[in-house]
Amino acid sequence: MLESQVAETTSTVVEPTRRDFLFIATGAAAAVGAATVVWPFIQSMTPDAATVAAGAPVEVDLSPIAEGQIVKVFWRGKLIFIRNRTPAEIKAAEDVNVASLRDPQPDSARVKPGHAQWLIVYGNCTHLGCVPLGHQGAYEGWFCPCHGSVFDTSGRVRGGPAPINLPIPPYTFTSDTKIVIGQEATA
Amino acid sequence: MSQHPTTYVPKSAFGKWFESRLPIAGLIHSSFIAFPVPRNLNYFWTFGAILVFMLVSQIVTGVFLAMYYTPNASLAFQSVEHIMRDVNYGWLIRYLHANGASMFFVAVYIHIFRGLYYGSYKAPREILWILGVIIYGLMMATAFMGYVLPWGQMSFWGATVITNILAAIPVVGDTIQSLLWGGYSVGNPTLNRFFSIHYLLPFMIFGVVLLHIWALHVPGQNNPTGVPIKSGKDAVPFTPYATIKDIFATVVFMILFAWFVFYIPNYLGHADNYVPANPSVTPAHIVPEWYFLPFYAILRAIPDKLGGVIAMFAAIAVLAFLPWLDTSKVRSTNYRPLYKQFFWILVADTLLLGWLGAKPPEGWYVIVSQIATAYYFIHFLIILPLLGFIERPLPLPNSIIDSVMGVKGGAGLPTGANAEPHSKG
Repeated sequence: MLESQVAETTSTVVEPTRRDFLFIATGAAAAVGAATVVWPFIQSMTPDAATVAAGAPVEVDLSPIAEGQIVKVFWRGKLIFIRNRTPAEIKAAEDVNVASLRDPQPDSARVKPGHAQWLIVYGNCTHLGCVPLGHQGAYEGWFCPCHGSVFDTSGRVRGGPAPINLPIPPYTFTSDTKIVIGQEATA
Repeated sequence: MSQHPTTYVPKSAFGKWFESRLPIAGLIHSSFIAFPVPRNLNYFWTFGAILVFMLVSQIVTGVFLAMYYTPNASLAFQSVEHIMRDVNYGWLIRYLHANGASMFFVAVYIHIFRGLYYGSYKAPREILWILGVIIYGLMMATAFMGYVLPWGQMSFWGATVITNILAAIPVVGDTIQSLLWGGYSVGNPTLNRFFSIHYLLPFMIFGVVLLHIWALHVPGQNNPTGVPIKSGKDAVPFTPYATIKDIFATVVFMILFAWFVFYIPNYLGHADNYVPANPSVTPAHIVPEWYFLPFYAILRAIPDKLGGVIAMFAAIAVLAFLPWLDTSKVRSTNYRPLYKQFFWILVADTLLLGWLGAKPPEGWYVIVSQIATAYYFIHFLIILPLLGFIERPLPLPNSIIDSVMGVKGGAGLPTGANAEPHSKG
């Protein structure tokens, strides 16, 4: 005590006091405490265990789907179209000048090798999210009645305000007639 | 608001511009920074701040619970289990809210008994006291409805018993009951409207708390001597002295709170509330939560249905008349040797009533409940008015600083800033 008092009167630099240390230490402890309290509340808003469990991959049996038919399934709350394409639809999708597309993508990049017959895309228009109508529009792919977007038989945008093609969800073939949506090809 | 001229001068240009349009910085400064606080306050005066903390805690945890809870009779119980098991940290938020309600009542009972002991309800703090009684009533309504929401056995049957009580009120009782039920018995409409009102009331409590603090700031705090602030030497500025003391006391209180939440989170609850509500089976032993037990004992002590209801509500209402029932000119029980004994007997009586409220209404519990109930009313309606005339109080100190100096045996003036009083207490 006496030493620091002497130091304060003779030194030209103001020494930090015990009080300064206590203020800073308490402030730091309070900040850590506040963060510790806030963290669980924010975390509670992240998807809970039941939702995560319900978001597991789903298996779909393709054998009952007739040629030309479009089937709707849900995965993680999002709509997915499964389209069993006719040879004419596959040919129309492949015979396209890719460079002329708004969102250039060859049809081969949108299907699994050896399974060109099956087109699997998310079922919401990439403009503002309406569900487009199958077998409609100039290319007989999909037509969105909300604002007039047009998609071809590969799900690529060909007209209207949609900016990008219907996205492809992660999926893999576990056999010729079964797919698992939500899982990329592993072993 | 406060009666002294504001000493606050904003430092920045923006501060000056804002302050001339909405003087909130000056208000906060005069209420919580410069505000003169008696220098002899003990830790019983920290419970106001603890209560504000608990109110905020209940509101925050409650808002988050409401994100995950479903107020429908067929889904409510399950949604609470979903919170406990699936929602990340849901168990923590639920236990904080349930145990927080108990902690809220621990703090409010200490706060009330502080007021009873030190005469904080006496003139000029009568309105302050009555606002407190209103807050207490709102707290009880909120807690009761909150307990119904998990839709367990105790939730359902507690709701049934209490809403049946209201039917005892003559003339309007059946109508009130029907409006509360929304049907022919406690059911889904009841649950839905209890959820809505349970969400609403805490914000009304918050409003009354603001009035309560405003009413306090007119005369300023009471203190253990009951002698008001007479000069700057008697007081210290709120910041840093009361601010740090309140924060420290709140942290200690949080340790107690955390003890319950993390080690014994179901101790204060009832196992039967983990059984989904079943309208065809009443649990063998219905009890309300611990903070209602004294009033439950009073309700059951009177053999007449309407009489019991009146006694129960009167036990709470009598508190509002305290400023006029107590005829003593002396505030603090420290200087009232005769009243002091009756005060502690009252404390023992309310603890006894609480203990009896959890017991089945059989055997000797019945007569003891009746005696304890009678004594409760005798204390407020007979003893308290009479004592003011009979009692010879001890001599009061001349001032707060004198009482502080006397305790220290004349060891020099205490250091620390003084604060000028802004009004006479």
